[in-house]
Amino acid sequence: MKIQTILAAGAMTVAAVAAQNAQAGAVLDGIKDKGFVQCGVNTGLPGFSAANAEGKWEGIDVDVCRATAAALLGDANAVQYTPLTAAQRFTALQSGEIDILSRNTTATTTRDAKLGLTFVGVNYYDGQGFLIPKGLGVSSATELDGATVCVEPGTTTELNLADYFRAKGMSFEPVVIENINEATAAFFSGRCDVYTTDASGLASIRTQMAENPADYVILPEIISKEPLGPVVAQGDEQWSDIVRWAFTAMVEAEEYGVTMENVDDMKANSTNPGIQRLLGVTPGMGEALGLDEAWAYNIIKQVGNYGESYEKNVTAKLGLERGLNALWTDGGLQYAWPVR
Amino acid sequence: MSENAKLPPLPTGTFAERAIIWSKKNLFDGWFNTILTLGSIAFLFWLIPPIVEWAIVNATLSPTIEGCAEASGACWGFVNANLRLILFGTYPFDEQWRPLLAMILLMGIICGSLGGVKYPGMRKAIIPMWVIGVPIIAILMWGGVFGLTYVQNSYWGGLPLTLILSSIGVIFAFPFGLLLALGRQSHMPAIKTVSVVYIEVIRGVPLITVLFMASVMFPLFLPDGVTIDKLLRAQIGIILFTAAYLAEVFRGGLQAVPRGQFEAGDSLALSYWQSMRLIILPQALRLVIPPTVNSFISMFKDTTLVVIIGLFDFLGTVKLALRSDPAWTKYYVEGYAFAAAIFFLICFSMAKYSAYLEKELRKGEQR
Repeated sequence: MKIQTILAAGAMTVAAVAAQNAQAGAVLDGIKDKGFVQCGVNTGLPGFSAANAEGKWEGIDVDVCRATAAALLGDANAVQYTPLTAAQRFTALQSGEIDILSRNTTATTTRDAKLGLTFVGVNYYDGQGFLIPKGLGVSSATELDGATVCVEPGTTTELNLADYFRAKGMSFEPVVIENINEATAAFFSGRCDVYTTDASGLASIRTQMAENPADYVILPEIISKEPLGPVVAQGDEQWSDIVRWAFTAMVEAEEYGVTMENVDDMKANSTNPGIQRLLGVTPGMGEALGLDEAWAYNIIKQVGNYGESYEKNVTAKLGLERGLNALWTDGGLQYAWPVR
Repeated sequence: MSENAKLPPLPTGTFAERAIIWSKKNLFDGWFNTILTLGSIAFLFWLIPPIVEWAIVNATLSPTIEGCAEASGACWGFVNANLRLILFGTYPFDEQWRPLLAMILLMGIICGSLGGVKYPGMRKAIIPMWVIGVPIIAILMWGGVFGLTYVQNSYWGGLPLTLILSSIGVIFAFPFGLLLALGRQSHMPAIKTVSVVYIEVIRGVPLITVLFMASVMFPLFLPDGVTIDKLLRAQIGIILFTAAYLAEVFRGGLQAVPRGQFEAGDSLALSYWQSMRLIILPQALRLVIPPTVNSFISMFKDTTLVVIIGLFDFLGTVKLALRSDPAWTKYYVEGYAFAAAIFFLICFSMAKYSAYLEKELRKGEQR
């Protein structure tokens, strides 16, 4: 009964909705109407998106949504979160249940082209690596022939693992364990020689789960590229621009050394034309995006720059250094497109 | 009570003497039982002390990671520090009195309804209680009126969500299952076929598949921009699934009612619905109390599967708390043990109530 009623109601609104979708800016208009951004996040990945003891969502993925809300609505707290599993995430975006998906999602060709999605940036560069006990006496992944490897099933991790060993002409014995707690417990109890997942995950597992972290090493080989970033649905270009530049402003602010603390001072006193453009002292950027001129100021004031967000979440929670995610000037890959 | 005649004479002597007699008779009669008894005692000696040591003696309640690191036993501090997250999930912190109140109200209504068996006066109040109570619970949870801030149901979680999913599930699945059971017994071919196909199809797939369909596939069939609430989809999935199982339980009850009872109804010129309501169903349902409660218990536990569609039931919020800070992650045994204890408490109460219910309803036969 209920489903039929719902279906009927759905069918009746088809025409109206189809018309709405044809217009550019449907997502943006929807957000302005409801007054908040609906943000799809991970159901629990410390440092990226996880609930704190008070049940509030925190993490660098969460901060992207907060930055977008600050830029568009002037309030970083105007965000509602929808926790999503890996299987649900694209459906939720395609069906319009969420406005933005910020859930450690790897950008790939098929996802970008075939699923009707737009990847708007990379807020975390990750890659798959190997964790081994020091006692194994191995210093490179090329020496892992015949090893037993603990891995979680159904992920790209498992596929990358098989690809890597096949490409190197080596054999391995997979130990496939569904639950991350059990998988890591199996590894630390010596059930397998190697544990593999994204490097960010390996570091946090080593710090938090090992009795003596110094007894374990992460091998230097990174066997896959995992550029993780926020995604929006295709069809509302203005909205994807806003998300892209909201994130870019965070990185650019770090490049200029503008922080949550000194942003007011910078706005009042800085003579650097780049900073003046970013903070709206020299108007034009907000207008170009269809936003208030204080858009980037609001982001930095309320959320902080990229480095601050990274420190507060990834470094504090996972003990991970910047690595690939350092600014390009420090040898990393974070390189903001100029805001001008 | 003819059994009285067989009772042995009342034991006499001191407590110790009686204890020896009792254990000789019950624990050490014959070599086989003696071995079993000694084996069991050895097993318990091997099993229980380490558990007690871990869970109580060496455990700590200190809600800090440092405190837990010092203790060699269980870190109940994990539960202590994250209790509100575990109980209420991501519901806004300052508003958590609302789900608490809703949960108490729901428990009250459930207990009130169950009490209707013992106190016939309360039976009339059952339906009004639900009709008034459920909207109040909905208002408390959602808000948006009477000055309560609106809370999306993607923020609901923990014990209130588990209780809501399962109690709403029972309320709707029960009548729906009953209709399906009657449909399957029906002489009208169309109704019978629909019921049989429905029951067999739903019983033929796992609940996880139903939830997955509801959550991942169903939205794709809807036109662009139309979304149906995730929680509602899961709730409907649970109802549809449980109803199919209940239908088969009820069919068992219907088949166990003697043919003469149906004929009695006919001979009194009662209509189909009258004879069902007055004669058949009271007997059939009483016969199937144990399997019905069995279905409810398994449904209650099955609600934990909603975690795969990103809803945080009570078990989900335990996982959420484990991931709230990576430092807590290694205390997952304590987290799951706590969840298991709460689930056991609730399921065991259900089982106890069903035993009581059977006894109450059989009083008529015992005379």
